[in-house]
Amino acid sequence: MTGTLTLLRLALRRDRILLPVWITVIVGVIAASGAAIAELYPQAGQRIALGVTIGAAPALQALTGPVFDAASVGGLTAWRATTMTSVLAALMSMLTVTRHTRAEEETGRAELIGACAVGRQAVPAAAVLLAAGANMLIALLITVSLAGQGLPLAGALAFGLAVGGTGWVFTGVAVLAAQLTAYARTANAIAAAVLGLAFLLRALGDAAKVETLAWMSPLGWAQRVRAFADERWWLITLFAVAGAALVAGAALLARRRDLGSGLVPARPGVPDAAPYLRSPMALAWRLQRGSLLGWSVGFAVVGLLFGALAHSVGDIVGDNPQLAAILAAMGGAGALTDTFLAAEMGLLGLVAGAYAVQATLRLRDEESALRAEPVLATAVARRRWSLSHLGTALGGSAVVLAAGGLTAGIAHGFRIGDPVGQGVRMLGAALIQVPATWTLVGIAMLLFGLLPRLTVLAWAALLAFALLGQLGELLQLDDWVRDLSPFAHVPRALGQPVDVGPLLWLGFVTAVLLLAGMAAFQRRDVQGG
Amino acid sequence: MENLPAVLISGLTKHFGKVRALDGFDLTVQAGEVHGFLGPNGSGKTTTLRILLGLLRADSGHAELLGGDPWRDAVELHRRLAYVPGDVVLWPALSGGEAIDLLGRLRGGLDRRRKAALLERFDLDPSRKGRAYSKGNRQKVALIAALASDVELLLLDEPTSGLDPLMEAAFREVIGEERARGRTVLLSSHVLSEVEALCDKVTIIRDGRTAETGTLAELRHLTRTTISAELERGPDGLTGLTGVHDLVVDGPRVRFQVDGEHLQTVLRVLTDSGVRTLTCQPATLEELFLRHYQVAA
Repeated sequence: MTGTLTLLRLALRRDRILLPVWITVIVGVIAASGAAIAELYPQAGQRIALGVTIGAAPALQALTGPVFDAASVGGLTAWRATTMTSVLAALMSMLTVTRHTRAEEETGRAELIGACAVGRQAVPAAAVLLAAGANMLIALLITVSLAGQGLPLAGALAFGLAVGGTGWVFTGVAVLAAQLTAYARTANAIAAAVLGLAFLLRALGDAAKVETLAWMSPLGWAQRVRAFADERWWLITLFAVAGAALVAGAALLARRRDLGSGLVPARPGVPDAAPYLRSPMALAWRLQRGSLLGWSVGFAVVGLLFGALAHSVGDIVGDNPQLAAILAAMGGAGALTDTFLAAEMGLLGLVAGAYAVQATLRLRDEESALRAEPVLATAVARRRWSLSHLGTALGGSAVVLAAGGLTAGIAHGFRIGDPVGQGVRMLGAALIQVPATWTLVGIAMLLFGLLPRLTVLAWAALLAFALLGQLGELLQLDDWVRDLSPFAHVPRALGQPVDVGPLLWLGFVTAVLLLAGMAAFQRRDVQGG
Repeated sequence: MENLPAVLISGLTKHFGKVRALDGFDLTVQAGEVHGFLGPNGSGKTTTLRILLGLLRADSGHAELLGGDPWRDAVELHRRLAYVPGDVVLWPALSGGEAIDLLGRLRGGLDRRRKAALLERFDLDPSRKGRAYSKGNRQKVALIAALASDVELLLLDEPTSGLDPLMEAAFREVIGEERARGRTVLLSSHVLSEVEALCDKVTIIRDGRTAETGTLAELRHLTRTTISAELERGPDGLTGLTGVHDLVVDGPRVRFQVDGEHLQTVLRVLTDSGVRTLTCQPATLEELFLRHYQVAA
């Protein structure tokens, strides 16, 4: 462990902007939610009425989890913000850990460090300490900011620890994933798949009232800490122990492997390239096909599970016409099941946005790793090279959404005896998200062309769109602010004629962004690093 | 067409922020010659090559490549040239053989027999994945990819860095054959002996400016030989002799540098003093540049 503290200081220096931004966003979302609920629902009666509405809306509970105490401002804040901020804390932790562990090994920088008077485990130890510290700071700041708003201190502390605790568990997940594979990209994919599964289990458990499912997920635990509603303090220990066990597992694996290697030994490749590998498009496909396959499988699984569950969601409300009216107004104009399915498709659209940004930014990855240079030194025009990865990003986002929609429709259709009809209908509902997802390809491309060193802003845009969608209504933001998100323009109703106007507009905006980005790339220097 | 230079650069400047990478640089490479491009680290060699490839855009000055504009006509020109980057990075998931095939095809085709011959010559296993190669083997992948195509011009950025001496020898042999076929080669390097062995003409760049340019014979005056000798009698007559520099006398041992053109005279003085042991070292580029800096200062 020699050198851990020095490495920790190095990590703090490298992340001096990134980590504070993460922490500010997470704490800011919670503080804003608390303030908004206190302002918009000042009377206990109003809050209880809201709680009843939520309790009857499985689509909403799939996103946020159950309400434990609707009467208090704290209880509603915990309901609204726990899942969202826990996911953000988990993302922050996994990206931070991977960046300082496997990415360092992949680039060979860990070798430089490992040759110094530094312990074998110092690199992962410093990364874990960094993420743990960030999560502790998040817990502290949440406590301070909510208690500062006059909410009970115990509840604020429980809330902070639930969010920070989730971050800690995913610190463990990420450091373990970093031991399994030789590539940072794959390590992030493994950790993200675990996070996705955790979200799915919790969403299904909460929407269909299957407690066991929700208890299998750290995101479910975060809800079930019951901040501001008779806190379950022992759950905090569960977070601590689970995270520590994962970190210990990673330490065991790390001791058994060589620097730079994963668990799976590298296999030899082929001595000659396949005949198809003769164009930039083929290269982009070769580089991205694994990722696209992984995303498609993930989307198909999510679609399958949500589709299989959708019909049960419809059963929960029974035939209370008053409730049905409230619900129809909340998510879309249709049956409860349709509302649930439409909400799920909206979520898939947002997640497909992450695929779109990642696939587009392959351009920057290739450029900064100096792999674009030899390709652009051949008879490949810049336009053609950028189109190769853009094509993958545009086509890929449609493919993953289609996979999710189709499986959701077929699974739902089997339950109501119409797999083909529902499959086609949900495929359409998923593909409606495509234009909104494509705008993220456009934004990422524009950044790549104009500000190649700041392409991370494409992720910031995705996060902003997600927050606008999740919190815009609660914070009663002006329409024009909420309309900044392309996802606000996607028709949400199922089973009604689709208004193509907004979709065409989104397509037009995307085209302008893409062309501007390509023109900018055409004019600038190709720069590594 | 015959007399058109393959590379024609004049007054080229390029800034990166406040850093001035090129500052009025001139370079002419005639078709069919092997041109050495010498300079210390960070002197602007790679920047020049990247401008010639249309990867960077020059701030001002003129650059012409095979009769075309390297920025505007990039794609057309790239069909006629091959490039070996100084920092070879391969795709981790692609094998070396795949990378060679891909780059060749993207350039417009590669000669399979030539690829096989080069693989043999450079002793490279093409079935390993990009990340499994050592630095030298990555360098070989890039070299084979460039040499296996039938092109007019080779742009090589420190192509032997990381190669072992055996492979360096193989590389020199191959470049000799390329010259015999009439290909033009622009070879950047900081190894003087390599340039001496391969090149017809040499351009030296320092701080983004052309320091010297000419044939090797013309530049011979720049090279100095370091001589260490043990003599029977005192080295009378060495002191003050034209062309002798940095003379150190330690009893019977002497150590000094001598300009190439005065070697003959100096050796006569040495033999007159009775030589017991004698070692001669050609000037390293570092010494050459140290001298250049001193002259400039």
